[in-house]
Amino acid sequence: MHQLYEFVSGPLAWIAWTVFIVGSLTRVVVLVTSTIEKDPVVVNYFSLKHALRSMVIWSIPFFPRSSRLNPVMTVVSFTFHICVILVPLFALGHIVLWEEFFGISFWALPDRITDIMTLMVIFGLIFFIIRRFSLKEVKYVSSWSDYMLPLLILAPFVTGYAAFHGWFNPQLMLILHIFSGEVLLMAIPFTRLVHMVFAPFTRAYTASEFGAVRHAKDW
Amino acid sequence: MNYRTTEDIGLITGAKNLTAEKIRSAVHKVFSKEAGPRLKAYYNTCVRCGLCSQACHYFLSMDNDPSFSPVGKVKQTVWELLDPGKRITPDFIVNAAQIAYTECNLCRRCSMYCPFGIDTAYMITLVRRLCHLLGVTPQYIQDTAHSHASTMNQMWIKEDEWIDSLQWQEDEARDELPMLRIPIEKNGAEIFYSVIGPEPKFRSQLIYQAAVIMNVAQVDWTMPATPGWDNSDMAMYVGDYELMGRMKKIHFETALRLKCKKIVMGECGHAFRSVYDTGSRWLGWKEPPVPIIHAVQFYWDLLNEGKIRVGKKFEQPVTFHDPCNIVRGMGLHEKARDLVRAFCRDFVEMHPNREHNYCCCAGGGVINCGPPHKKTRVLGNKIKADQLRATGVPVVIAPCHNCHGGLEDILHHYKVDMQIKFLGDIIYECIDKTSVE
Ligand code: SF4
Ligand code: SF4
Repeated sequence: MHQLYEFVSGPLAWIAWTVFIVGSLTRVVVLVTSTIEKDPVVVNYFSLKHALRSMVIWSIPFFPRSSRLNPVMTVVSFTFHICVILVPLFALGHIVLWEEFFGISFWALPDRITDIMTLMVIFGLIFFIIRRFSLKEVKYVSSWSDYMLPLLILAPFVTGYAAFHGWFNPQLMLILHIFSGEVLLMAIPFTRLVHMVFAPFTRAYTASEFGAVRHAKDW
Repeated sequence: MNYRTTEDIGLITGAKNLTAEKIRSAVHKVFSKEAGPRLKAYYNTCVRCGLCSQACHYFLSMDNDPSFSPVGKVKQTVWELLDPGKRITPDFIVNAAQIAYTECNLCRRCSMYCPFGIDTAYMITLVRRLCHLLGVTPQYIQDTAHSHASTMNQMWIKEDEWIDSLQWQEDEARDELPMLRIPIEKNGAEIFYSVIGPEPKFRSQLIYQAAVIMNVAQVDWTMPATPGWDNSDMAMYVGDYELMGRMKKIHFETALRLKCKKIVMGECGHAFRSVYDTGSRWLGWKEPPVPIIHAVQFYWDLLNEGKIRVGKKFEQPVTFHDPCNIVRGMGLHEKARDLVRAFCRDFVEMHPNREHNYCCCAGGGVINCGPPHKKTRVLGNKIKADQLRATGVPVVIAPCHNCHGGLEDILHHYKVDMQIKFLGDIIYECIDKTSVE
């Protein structure tokens, strides 16, 4: 058990971070360079002003009409995305790791808040899964991987929650937590989770075309 | 697989000539070589959330049938074509062609409802491009593309017929305004006025009305006597970009030959998209080589510069339909409203409006695919009929030819008693013509 812990919290952690960072960067670099080479319109019509404007607007819940039409989805989705990013970054247990591995220290979320936010993530994922098979327009376009991805995200949050609260075998939970977290990290560049990396680019391009060329709003 | 195949001889006979090898190489050409990296970015980024569905009038009108949602249409076509393990059959191509040509207006409304701004219309145009390369295209729209190829206009109009139509309209209009001219081939005129093929063919009164407005405003304008007068573009919608390039080139070159400073085009949306955006880009221009403005912008300028004045107000209550290609395509919605408010006494908005307005379901070349597909586009736009009916007014103004065709069909089918007008109709009727009387 101890060896396993050593492995997941040592070498595998480094591997996971490397895969995540190098993988994501590579995807961005490939997207950008191949766009410059093959799709010059995207570059020629790019408008930073409109890109930033659109990103700000789409970050405000209930501002785009699309988000007003789906209030429940908007609330769940915003809460989920905020929590799913903040919890891993600022959970007290992780702050210690940041210091240990990278020598950076910053402010941590209080445990109680982390707890609630973790539950929000779990709730959000369950909501997404239910939505996926109960709304016919979503179900129609979903493949097995779309059902698996939420489970992939669910794993580190559930095990982390269990480990923190000392449920089952806390040590095993901790190992599973670290392991599933690493798998998730490595999956980001190679699955649809890449939307996290690509979203600013697709948004920026659409915003440029709508705003600078066609003088219309894109929200 | 699609369960609603309509019989289109263009699609059926086209598919007979397909071989596995032809399909493979065309798919490779379009999806690996021609398509930009944004295709892959869209494919990878789309989280299949379905939020774009609520944007599409087909989906909303067809009882939320998921196969009509934007992402549903992409799933049935693009995703399969990107799957290296998938064997693409001629039947698949027929189905993909039907979806791409007749079940999407390329209206781009869905981009505004996707959190990532994914451009479904772009992906659908790639499918059309593929079908064009494979020769599997709806017969009617292909016929208009053939007309473009051989006559440089959409309606098989010969050169002398074109000139005749202009002179005929000039003659007619001189009964009303004896000094009126339609200047043909005037070198160095400030404005080059271009129209779409159907104007001289079916709606020549629009040329008459435009001439009256030009003369009242005392604009220095001209129309060419040679091919290049037609700004419409079904080649763009068929996916035949080479032909689109030829047509746009002759259009620009004709304006340049006459040394005109500006191109003004009639009230057509798709032609504006082609001339301002798609076609001019294909020719490598970042901005069109001659400034181009749509009629709405032109009328607005005339009104604001005091060149035309309101003589009387249009009395009946009106509503305004925002055509996709000049609203999501050019942001002309406020200018159009300024004109409507200036010339009409009672203006009622339909909802949603401006960038969020529902498409007429004729655009994107859909109406040009002809009778075999009419049912789909009429049933696919019940929501627009409901939207129009809810305004309770007798007149809808739509500054776009395609919109007129599409709206006419749904008003008729859903028994909404409404008249459709161009802005030019209203302005012609209500401007103060004393400057030329
Ligand atoms: S018709 Fe318009 S809203 Fe529907 S899929 Fe096509 S572009 Fe999107
Ligand atoms: S809204 Fe965007 S991300 Fe969601 S299914 Fe539609 S295209 Fe994909």
